[in-house]
Amino acid sequence: MTEQGGTSLTGTHQPQVFAPWLDETAEPIVEFRGVTKKFGEFTAVDDVSLKIHSREFFALLGPSGCGKTTLLRMLAGFETPSAGKILVEGQDISAVPPNMRPINMMFQSYALFPHLTVAANIGFGLRRERKSNSKVKARTDEMLKLVQMEKFADRKPHQLSGGQRQRVALARALARNPKILLLDEPLGALDAKLREQTQFELMNIQEELGTTFVIVTHDQEEAMTVASRIGLMNHGDLAQVATPADIYENPNSRFVADFIGDVNLITGTAGESAQENGEAVVVFHPDGGQMNFNARSPDGIQPGTKCDLAVRPEKIHISPTKPESAANLLEGHVHDIAYAGNLSTYHVRLADGSIVKAQEANRQRLGNRDITWEDPVFLSWESGSAILLDR
Amino acid sequence: MTRRFTWFNATSLTFGFVFLYLPILLLMIYSFNESKLVTVWAGFSTKWYGELARNEAMLSAAWVTLRVAFMTATLATILGTMAAWVLVRYGRFRGRTLFSGMIYAPLVMPEVITGLSLLLLFIAMSIERGLYTVVIAHTTFAMCYVAVVVSSRLVSFDTSLEEAALDLGCTPADAFFSVTLPIIAPSVIAGWLLAFTLSLDDLVIASFTTGPGATTLPIKIYSAVRLGVSPEINALSTILITLVAVGVIVASVLEKRWWSRRSG
Repeated sequence: MTEQGGTSLTGTHQPQVFAPWLDETAEPIVEFRGVTKKFGEFTAVDDVSLKIHSREFFALLGPSGCGKTTLLRMLAGFETPSAGKILVEGQDISAVPPNMRPINMMFQSYALFPHLTVAANIGFGLRRERKSNSKVKARTDEMLKLVQMEKFADRKPHQLSGGQRQRVALARALARNPKILLLDEPLGALDAKLREQTQFELMNIQEELGTTFVIVTHDQEEAMTVASRIGLMNHGDLAQVATPADIYENPNSRFVADFIGDVNLITGTAGESAQENGEAVVVFHPDGGQMNFNARSPDGIQPGTKCDLAVRPEKIHISPTKPESAANLLEGHVHDIAYAGNLSTYHVRLADGSIVKAQEANRQRLGNRDITWEDPVFLSWESGSAILLDR
Repeated sequence: MTRRFTWFNATSLTFGFVFLYLPILLLMIYSFNESKLVTVWAGFSTKWYGELARNEAMLSAAWVTLRVAFMTATLATILGTMAAWVLVRYGRFRGRTLFSGMIYAPLVMPEVITGLSLLLLFIAMSIERGLYTVVIAHTTFAMCYVAVVVSSRLVSFDTSLEEAALDLGCTPADAFFSVTLPIIAPSVIAGWLLAFTLSLDDLVIASFTTGPGATTLPIKIYSAVRLGVSPEINALSTILITLVAVGVIVASVLEKRWWSRRSG
């Protein structure tokens, strides 16, 4: 697929976009080459190849048990690959023990040492570098300041709240100034409000230090917010590696489209394609339907291929009257309305019984809404909003 | 949960405690008896404690016992902690079930058999019996108790703490001594105290494996009682009971304190 495909859709036209992965010649800081990890009969990571570049905030995303944590632990050195190589700055690190790698990790449980104070926890790794006491102290203070925990230097971990522990864990992992910081579900234990705030703090710290961050998360919203690129994993495979915008707008499979956000999937067959505004627009024949749709196909798709049409609910327009000149039109009845305050999601039942979701922002108050249960409605979307996914 | 007072409960409790502690209580009371006759109360006195302090044989036996207990406890703690570590950390290795079974077997092994087998071993290896053979014998069974105490703690130990130590530049040995050991210290100390008290009051194994010049206190008491019970023995037993009780209480308080600190 074309890597730049998403840029026209994202609308971010910054003069200097951080995108080292577009440069084929760029030397990655981390490279997985055909890495496989087996635990007995179970294959946790299956022949994964991936390049992560310096200064990236890379998110490994996926459902639980997809192998993302195993991949991270192999990079940290706690697991050894069954096959394949892991290179850091071009050097194979398979034989390097975890304590000799220029990599530090922030653990899911934070793993703060309960018998040490906050300051001693942060200084723990520095003391292992045989630094002088004054240097350890200076760096510890610097780290305490970075995470705004100066006041808590003499506390023990059990005297801290979850959010404070998370900060100490971050400071401890960053104290040795690693080339790569690994974060294993770093915000999993925080409540929603604090998590959102901490996401932005993480991004700021990452930008300030310029350290390469690799984060493991199962929360797609978190990955979308913090990451420069997302590697979406499923059953030990990398399903797709792309920027958040790209992975959302141009998913390469049913799994990706379904995992990231909400999506309507319509099964059918691809027809003839034509060029429109520099993009291939393909005619799509839904199974059992009379009407054809138009959709994008970034990969290019052969006519007659069985495929799915994916369209996001927020890209579907719902109206009580038939819109003029709509290329992609469906007719149905409102079956359910999920009211979420700012948005309403309409579940529309089509004549064949299937449900299509359409989402609208609630610009008007609820009482003034002109669509209600059992109303006949029309659904329409731009051809560019729908994408064909090969099966 | 409602805890209602019933006569049934009260009776069970009373009978249970009387059964357990009446003999000990009587022994302690009679250690303060004026009379030489153990069964006749003739007024309060601490003279038997003074008498005990002048009894050279008893004191040397006590000194032997303390040395044996101290060495046993230390050795058993080191070996028991190592055994617990391997059992808990190295998951499913070949022969693990056999290994763990063999660690715990001496807990239920009759002391007579443990003592006899060690005696035969020492004879076969022509090791002269004395203080150190008692230490070796005591260590064999005391380390099992240490392994049980320490492994129960290690099971609940978050392994990511060790991984964090490795991640922050520790060698595996450094990680053990600077992170794991300080955290499991309360149970290691509890194990030490347990081994100490076990060694302190052992009679059977010690009498099998001891030699001339290494008479432990329980052996001394046992032989003294056969010649007739003197209130001196009561006084000595009272001191021993106090020592053991203090050891057990300190060990359990350490464990408790640790748990409440973790959950707090």
